[in-house]
Amino acid sequence: MSETKKTYWKGLAQLNNDPSYVKHADKEFVDIGVAEDPGHSRRDFLRMMGFSIAAASLAACEAPVRKAIPYIMKPVDADPGIPNYYASSYVNGGDYCSIVVKVRDGRPIKVDGNSLSSVTLGGTSAQVEASVLSLYDNYRLRRPRKEGKDSDWETTDKEIIAKLEEIAGKGGAIRIVSSTILSPSTLNTIDKFKTKYPTTEHIEYDAISAYGILKANEESFGTAIVPSYDFSKAKTMVSIGADFLGTWISPIEFPKQYATTREVSEEKREMSRHFQFESNLSLTGANADYRSMIKPSQEGLVVAQLYNLIAAKAGKGALSAGMEKVSNLDKAADELWENRGASLVVCGSNDKAVQVIVNAINDLLGNYGTTINLNLPVNFRKGNDEKMASFVNDAKDGKIAGVIFYNCNPVYDHPMGEELGKALKNISLTVSTSYTPDETASASAYMAPDHHYLESWNDFEPKNNCFSLSQPAITPIFKTRQAQESFAVWSGGSNEDYFSVVQANWKNWFYDKKDIASDFQRFWDKCLYDGVYQGITIENKSTSFAGNVAAAAATIAANYKANNDGVEICIYESYGVGNGSQANNPLLQELPDPITKAVWDHYVTISQKDATKWGVKNDAEGNTQLMKLTANGKSISVAALVQPGQAEGTVGIALGYGRTKVGAVAENIGANVYPMVTMLNGSLNYGAFAHVTIEKTSTAFQLAQTQTHQTYMGRESVVQEATLAEFKNNPKAGRDEPKVTEWDEKVDASSLSMWKGYKYPNHHWGMAIDLNTCTGCGACVVACNVENNVAIVGKDEVVRRREMHWLRIDRYYSSPEGTAHDNYKGLEKAAENPEVIFQPMLCQHCNNAPCETVCPVAATTHSTEGLNQMTYNRCIGTRYCANNCPYKVRRFNWFKYHDNQKFYQSNPAMNTDLGRMVLNPEVTVRSRGVMEKCSFCVQRIQSGKLTAKQERRPMKDGEVITACQASCSSGAILFGDMNNPESRISKLLKIELDPKNPYSSDKKIGNPRAYRVLEDIGVKPNIFYLTKIRNKDKAKEHA
Amino acid sequence: MQATSTIRESLITGGKTVRDVSEDISRQVEGKPTNLWWSAMAVSVVLMAWGFYCLCYQQWNGVGVWGLNKTVGWAWDITNFVWWVGIGHAGTLISAILLLFRQRWRMSINRAAEAMTIFAVICAATFPFVHMGRLWLGFYWVFPLPNTWGSLWANFNSPLLWDVFAISTYFTVSLVFWYMGLIPDFAVIRDRAVRMGNKTRALVYNALSFGWDGAARTWSRYESVALILAGLSAPLVLSVHTIVSMDFATSVIPGWHTTIFPPYFVAGAIFSGFAMVLTLLLVTRKMFRLEDYITIYHIELMNIVIIITGSIVGVAYITEFFIAWYSQVPAEQYAFINRATGPYWWAYWSMMTCNVISPQLFWFKKIRTNLVATFILSIIVNIGMWFERFVIIVTSLHRDYIPSSWSMFHATIYDVGEYVFTFGFFFTAFLLFAKFFPMINMAEVKSILKSTSEKKH
Repeated sequence: MSETKKTYWKGLAQLNNDPSYVKHADKEFVDIGVAEDPGHSRRDFLRMMGFSIAAASLAACEAPVRKAIPYIMKPVDADPGIPNYYASSYVNGGDYCSIVVKVRDGRPIKVDGNSLSSVTLGGTSAQVEASVLSLYDNYRLRRPRKEGKDSDWETTDKEIIAKLEEIAGKGGAIRIVSSTILSPSTLNTIDKFKTKYPTTEHIEYDAISAYGILKANEESFGTAIVPSYDFSKAKTMVSIGADFLGTWISPIEFPKQYATTREVSEEKREMSRHFQFESNLSLTGANADYRSMIKPSQEGLVVAQLYNLIAAKAGKGALSAGMEKVSNLDKAADELWENRGASLVVCGSNDKAVQVIVNAINDLLGNYGTTINLNLPVNFRKGNDEKMASFVNDAKDGKIAGVIFYNCNPVYDHPMGEELGKALKNISLTVSTSYTPDETASASAYMAPDHHYLESWNDFEPKNNCFSLSQPAITPIFKTRQAQESFAVWSGGSNEDYFSVVQANWKNWFYDKKDIASDFQRFWDKCLYDGVYQGITIENKSTSFAGNVAAAAATIAANYKANNDGVEICIYESYGVGNGSQANNPLLQELPDPITKAVWDHYVTISQKDATKWGVKNDAEGNTQLMKLTANGKSISVAALVQPGQAEGTVGIALGYGRTKVGAVAENIGANVYPMVTMLNGSLNYGAFAHVTIEKTSTAFQLAQTQTHQTYMGRESVVQEATLAEFKNNPKAGRDEPKVTEWDEKVDASSLSMWKGYKYPNHHWGMAIDLNTCTGCGACVVACNVENNVAIVGKDEVVRRREMHWLRIDRYYSSPEGTAHDNYKGLEKAAENPEVIFQPMLCQHCNNAPCETVCPVAATTHSTEGLNQMTYNRCIGTRYCANNCPYKVRRFNWFKYHDNQKFYQSNPAMNTDLGRMVLNPEVTVRSRGVMEKCSFCVQRIQSGKLTAKQERRPMKDGEVITACQASCSSGAILFGDMNNPESRISKLLKIELDPKNPYSSDKKIGNPRAYRVLEDIGVKPNIFYLTKIRNKDKAKEHA
Repeated sequence: MQATSTIRESLITGGKTVRDVSEDISRQVEGKPTNLWWSAMAVSVVLMAWGFYCLCYQQWNGVGVWGLNKTVGWAWDITNFVWWVGIGHAGTLISAILLLFRQRWRMSINRAAEAMTIFAVICAATFPFVHMGRLWLGFYWVFPLPNTWGSLWANFNSPLLWDVFAISTYFTVSLVFWYMGLIPDFAVIRDRAVRMGNKTRALVYNALSFGWDGAARTWSRYESVALILAGLSAPLVLSVHTIVSMDFATSVIPGWHTTIFPPYFVAGAIFSGFAMVLTLLLVTRKMFRLEDYITIYHIELMNIVIIITGSIVGVAYITEFFIAWYSQVPAEQYAFINRATGPYWWAYWSMMTCNVISPQLFWFKKIRTNLVATFILSIIVNIGMWFERFVIIVTSLHRDYIPSSWSMFHATIYDVGEYVFTFGFFFTAFLLFAKFFPMINMAEVKSILKSTSEKKH
């Protein structure tokens, strides 16, 4: 009977009975996972084609039903299309920023600064702005992994706990390696872990270390801290190699403070004076009033010499170290002494001896208690270089049995990373909590991925007693788990979520101490709402200096040389990708370096003189040669970039490139320079001055730069600047007021027009940009990209000069002194140590816009509020408007940048399902063949107007701010309604409304510093620039 | 169209009779194409096909396949456009203005020149279309069509819109004028076909000639219409290139913002147009044995036009420099210094050499009556005129007001390909024209023969 019984199969798979079928046979639905593969196979193609044909024929019968599932119970605060804002905190390594996250329909799409923070003062940086895209990085880990294979949390936890217990049982050494941890709750969690496994030691290190400062302060004042600096109180500031506006310690806070001392007006004709002594032309050096070029090998001696000069005035003895003939140093010393107590000396050196002398100088100047606050330590850099180095050595020697990495990537960003990577293979338990399979994670056996910071709960103490919270802005996208929870699970704690832990900690630490009537929930809600909580403020008291200056001087004399013949390397942190942890973020890769304007590339900056000596040539299109650079026994090959302002005999090279396990975006970009960092006097030294060689190779290379012309060709209609002395005499100093000759007299160019002008009866939007406070950092560029869905086009397209940035920062160098105005060839060259000016350039929203008249289809038109508008779906792409734009701010979609495999690598935000989640739904993603440009964030204006309308009130000033303004740490950009006499822009520009015609587009501007770029051509922009004022005795004859 | 001047030499040599004219001109229409024609046709079609591939590739992928960038938004596309439009001008000038001025020597060359105009305008019109980011919308959005977007209308302030009207008017009038002239000649071919018993040809050419009956009344109407159309075309010779020049002159870009442009462009257009007519006719005259109709005298006269217009253009170049200096506007001054000494100096000096210096050789009678020299110089002039437009467009854009945006332009294979496409099309069309249409206006040429002329031996 049974032989003849028929068998019915579900399908061929069952008949064949292959293992893959059997594995899932009991499941109704098979979960295949959400791995995203950009490439498609032939089979995929056939499958999709088959499906498409079937779908198309089905669709022909009936329109497909799109399923939209409504909320059954709509959450109170979730309205489709209405964004919610959550205060949170950005953290990446030791870098920190208090932020407000904009969440649209459950997706974080933008990060702005939190103005309630006393630490970051509402500012952001390019990295903070870009970090929202890292949340949607395809390279992120989707679930835990073991030795490269996907795993799940249960197994991972079981195995890790078993191993930890085994190690602890044998008394083997366990290490938790992390970057600086700002979070008290995290430290608390790690402490609990340490209690469970007593052989555990927690090692903090920083990719960009400030250990020298910690040690110097320990010696000088007894505590190993980085103090708070207050540049806003400094009248004279001297920086020796510290790039405090760009990367040093707290580069969001410092520009804000700095800007307050740089603001000038008719009423306030005073500003600080800033001296910079450095090797590379840094962002800070570019903003300095006096900049001198020194070599890294001279840094210690320059500091010692400054001490000697100040000590002479203070009646103290000179040191055994010093160096003669440093330009501007005597002048700096004189002025520092004059402004005792209101001056500040900072140094970027990581050498304890140098920092001790710096402390001594500040002590002599009485700056402790005024511009330096030792009682308010900054916690961004707590890493201990010596401990980290001994950890690596222990690991190599096999003394470590287990290691867990948290929020760090030492295999890449530690000088001994390669050795560490090899050593990890022999350690029985290696766990990485990184959220991407980075170099360290790849070298570790277990990957236990952490949440992205936008998915996490956390708390932070960036400065002592200044707390802030971080809250999730989205439910975790992948099966990741907060690292703190992992630590808790591994230390056998309850599986409590980290939110409760943080909340409980805050209840214990902060709430109970407070004598307030309200309950904890209200306290907590307020903290969460504000994002920050300010503890007790400790008074800034001066502390007595106890450093051993003589010993420090002896060390300096031994380690530094006034006349070093060999080439020296000055290693710096990249302004774009930072220390490299966010290298896979295309927004940062395509952010032009503020100084070199290069994107997507790694290069070595060399001085003009050395370039001639070595036969290196850069042409106007970024064509250059590769150089072979050897230091610390490591050789790399990078492109040469001739950099004005680079000290002769030195070369500059950035950290943050040469990532190997990083994802599609940053693959194969540059070389890793961390191995070139050496130890000097017990801490990492970012200048290499011995055994360095550099030679030109014959390999050609093309750098992508968004600006290739160095100077402004003496065009005063573009850049207007004066010295403070001139400005004091005449607030109109430096202004270029073009005149036109009528038949009998010269009149202002702006007074003649064929245009009737407009009336703006409602609002008249305008912008003022202060060239004196703009530091050129580029945060606004990234903010604009994120807000307006600006396409990132990749290196090849930038080489073709087609970057899409709506807002760019033009950087001009001065020409050599004494170059005549009509010597065009001479003007093209930058001076050896040039003055630098940064000019943010965006659509000027001209009242007589030349683009509007030439468009054959009226796709670009003038609004009733003074905006120059772009109607994308009307544009046919003749590009006439872009040609006729004198400011060259219009950008054309040369290709389809979205849904195009060609741009998958550079533009994941428009080409991957995950990346697309970051797009701002309020701004159209432009299609191919369409012109685009700055819209003054018209979507923000409209939503502001709508809110005001709904609330039946006029709009308030400051209710609408553009993305660029919001991101500007130094407050250089101000947007507002020029029809409103109470608005800040009206007050800043001193707009005098004509009582007879208050709504005219032609407003009388009373601020003597305000000018429009290219005033002579009469296009009458709505953007005004305030002249650049340099606090110099005499301006360079800048042609 | 009455008597030939008795003082002057006959414009047609070889003692042609009326019958000879019909024979000579209809020969290539009626006979089989020569091998030379076939090979020329093959080359043209291949060029056109490859160019068309480039064009399709560009349309499929985007304008980005060209070498343009954020600073240089137009380069080869508009250079080629202006160049082809300019070339077209000679045809209209010859047929309309010379008709009004009763210059009879135009009669042997106007037909070919007008055909050249039409093909050149088609070539020119390709570029405004393909240079658009979204061609499929540009086709109709530039026309003031009633639409559902309410008041959304084309922008009448835009010189590009003026271009649309100028070029389309010009094309229409030229086409009608050209076809008008062809009608009596088509009738000749029809009549000959009837006599030879070739029914198909008779049918086709009868249709083409609209049943021309050769009656005195028909002739009278024909001549009136020719005169009216000539009158209509004459201002177009001036207006079309004036309007094209306004694409630049009305802008704010230094090097474009120049009031001298309209006359300078018109002179340049005639200059290049005559050069192109010469290039073409020197070849066809040889190919179709038309030496007796297109004589050295014709060539010499055209060369004289080239000297005059070339010199006007030269003066315009110098005037631009003078005005830049005189204006004291720094950006303007830089724009012109940059043309001569900047990164694109080679384009500027190619233009100066080809356009200003080389035509001066025509002052020598020996050179202007030498066929080889004329042929070479006519090509050089057109190279120069291409560079003129390139200089105006690219070197003005690549370094304008804001130095941070200064950049360079590098042509890609697709820039070249689409230029080649227009060449391929132009020569294909011209060869087809030469094969199927009478190359020379028989009716008019017959009117300037000495009616009693006998063949000399």
